[in-house]
Amino acid sequence: MNKLITVSPSPHMHSGQSTSKLMTHVLIALIPAFAASVWLFGWSSIIVVSVAVSSCLIFEFLIQKFLLKKETSISDGSAAVTGALLAFSLPASTPIGMVMIGSLVAIGIGKMSFGGLGNNPFNPALVGRVFLFISFPVQMTSWPIPKGFETSLVDAITAPTPLEIVKEGMRISENMSSVVSNLPSNMEVFCGKMGGSLGEIAACTILAGFLYLLITRVISWHIPVSILTTVAVFTGIMWLIDPTANANPGFHLLSGGLLLGSIFMATDYVTSPMTHKGMIIFGVGIGLITVIIRRFGAYPEGIQFAILIMNAFVPLINSYLKPKRFGEMINE
Amino acid sequence: MLKTFPRGGVHPAENKFSAGNKIIRMTLPKIVTIPLAQHLGVPAEALVNHGDMVKTGQTIGASKGFVSSNIHSSVTGKVIKVDKFLDSSGYKKAAVSIEVTEDEWLPEIDRSSDLKKEIIIDGEEIIKKTLESGIVGMGGATFPSHVKMSVPRGKKAELVILNGVECEPFLTSDHRLMLEKGEEILVGLRLIMKALGVTKGMVGIENNKKDAIDHFTQLSKQYPGIEVFALKVKYPQGGEKQLIKALTGREVPSGGLPIDVGAVVHNVGTAFAVYEAVQKNKPLIERVVTVSGKMVSSPSNLLTRIGTPVNLLIETSGGIPEGTGKIINGGPMMGKALDSVDVPVMKGTSGILLIPDKESRRKKIDPCIRCSKCITVCPMGLEPYLLMTLTEKEKFDRLEDEKVMDCIECGSCSYTCPANRPLLDYIRLGKFNVGQIIRNRK
Repeated sequence: MNKLITVSPSPHMHSGQSTSKLMTHVLIALIPAFAASVWLFGWSSIIVVSVAVSSCLIFEFLIQKFLLKKETSISDGSAAVTGALLAFSLPASTPIGMVMIGSLVAIGIGKMSFGGLGNNPFNPALVGRVFLFISFPVQMTSWPIPKGFETSLVDAITAPTPLEIVKEGMRISENMSSVVSNLPSNMEVFCGKMGGSLGEIAACTILAGFLYLLITRVISWHIPVSILTTVAVFTGIMWLIDPTANANPGFHLLSGGLLLGSIFMATDYVTSPMTHKGMIIFGVGIGLITVIIRRFGAYPEGIQFAILIMNAFVPLINSYLKPKRFGEMINE
Repeated sequence: MLKTFPRGGVHPAENKFSAGNKIIRMTLPKIVTIPLAQHLGVPAEALVNHGDMVKTGQTIGASKGFVSSNIHSSVTGKVIKVDKFLDSSGYKKAAVSIEVTEDEWLPEIDRSSDLKKEIIIDGEEIIKKTLESGIVGMGGATFPSHVKMSVPRGKKAELVILNGVECEPFLTSDHRLMLEKGEEILVGLRLIMKALGVTKGMVGIENNKKDAIDHFTQLSKQYPGIEVFALKVKYPQGGEKQLIKALTGREVPSGGLPIDVGAVVHNVGTAFAVYEAVQKNKPLIERVVTVSGKMVSSPSNLLTRIGTPVNLLIETSGGIPEGTGKIINGGPMMGKALDSVDVPVMKGTSGILLIPDKESRRKKIDPCIRCSKCITVCPMGLEPYLLMTLTEKEKFDRLEDEKVMDCIECGSCSYTCPANRPLLDYIRLGKFNVGQIIRNRK
């Protein structure tokens, strides 16, 4: 036989799974939340999302091509996911220029400066978001009233987020019961009838995405469930101690960016721990920090900082929490 | 609930195309090449020279040392060369080449197909017979079987596990053997149990071989002490440690052997070979080989004499299909790619697979995204991504602490990795280096 054959070490089979397929699954899981945001904010949501996704792709391409001078990897889908998540965490009224700056910071500083996909310690979308949040506090905290395609970006009328209502209420030391009367009901929060970032306000659509990610086995339940459980338990205890000074746990779970953050951002492969034990510790940490910021800190919402802070602990968690080795019990 | 091992594992497409095809006896080749190193341990020493006439079943290689094995002629004919030949390991190794003239078996070999159930010899003689007949583990590891039948001092065997898992995709040689030689296999198991002085035997078969499970459950009723278990289909359940865990719940300690938890595992093919050696005086000179692949026109299970060139088996199964890109000796997960089809079938050759060109090349390696899928699938509880990084950076002491030597090289990590990272390649390199460091320390 004089035909050439391939010789390589085993295994000679592959599952067919790929990075781009995983990223595509994440993008698919974001579709319900995107649809809800279009329904709630109309054109402005389409504009913010498309600007963020395309500028993330373009910046990644430009940086890889001209600064790093290596092969571009925009087809792996990770830049698109970063762009989508960044857009989802912005108010629908964010000016296009700001969206582009956020994308540049997310990709340029959050991802490429560390060496690109797989090397960044912090979630790039959150790096972009926090940068904008600190640099443009006014624009980043004015939330247009969701009115579908009639949403006005020009009018100064904005709707405070439920968490802002609570924070502001507590600051001027009103009683919780009077604050609660200003809040949307849990059911309204569940469907997105409140102020907030464009992709985070409809809890039901984010949970649908969670279900999809679990079924396709893109993520495991460990991180989101441990974050949400911690938040529920922590806020539940505070609420039981003093219901007049604390919002109920159901409200905490559904409001703000908690669901979007714990399901889509904290589960980012690169910036979360490798073992299940580590994931649970990571999740509990995020949950605790979120509640502490929400209840005692200066900002109404804390999930973004909580995730970034816990991202910094990931290398430590990875080096101490090992999977249970086969046959290790007997050795002792 | 079907039994299985709890941690890790993958489920590749089974592709057992030849499961329904009866075992066919291969025609005799014109020339056989019988390697003297077909087992783990010291190669055998040639007992014949150029020009000698040999008969089928005659010993032509003598075992050297405890972990070694005898080699027998699988044909009758004239020795034309005792030299180094390329074998399926990819290296040139000492082998005996014989020109086949006829098929005259040694007179003491019982070639009838009558079942001989009564066990008349004692344990020690069973071990001696196993050693003389050159029997090695036929699942692919080719560890000399008599060694596994001799319990080291201070240890105690409690049960014998028969491995009928055949978790590798494509392969069906054990499956067919269980269907067609079931009773012989169980007598073989009884022989192994007697040699080890144990009364408990377990047979583990994956649930994709329901006919074999039914057949064995039926047969085992006449053999007290032997129980048959259906196992959930999951790779690598055929790994010794995974099988023991699945059946008994015991975990072989890190760095230890199955005997440390009182278990001895043998493949069903080995049990059949022990039966033939002890009850029929027949040394290990032939075995069942599956020839299969997605494009192979007639996937088959061939009873082949050891030393038959691989290309003869492929011809019998319809030749090399157009567009074949890789030929594998063994299963697709742990088998070895061949660089020539002229290499001989050996005692550990369970299958010959022909893989289409499209599927035989690796895809582009992407950066690790730390999805942790390699950790989830590792049946040994290791962190393949970390072992690869540590090997790349040559941090061998860390590598040892991270239990790299526990890796069973099942390939589940490389199979699963979405970034197509060559995890197992690096882990093997790491194991090689750490192994050397450990040996030098002694």
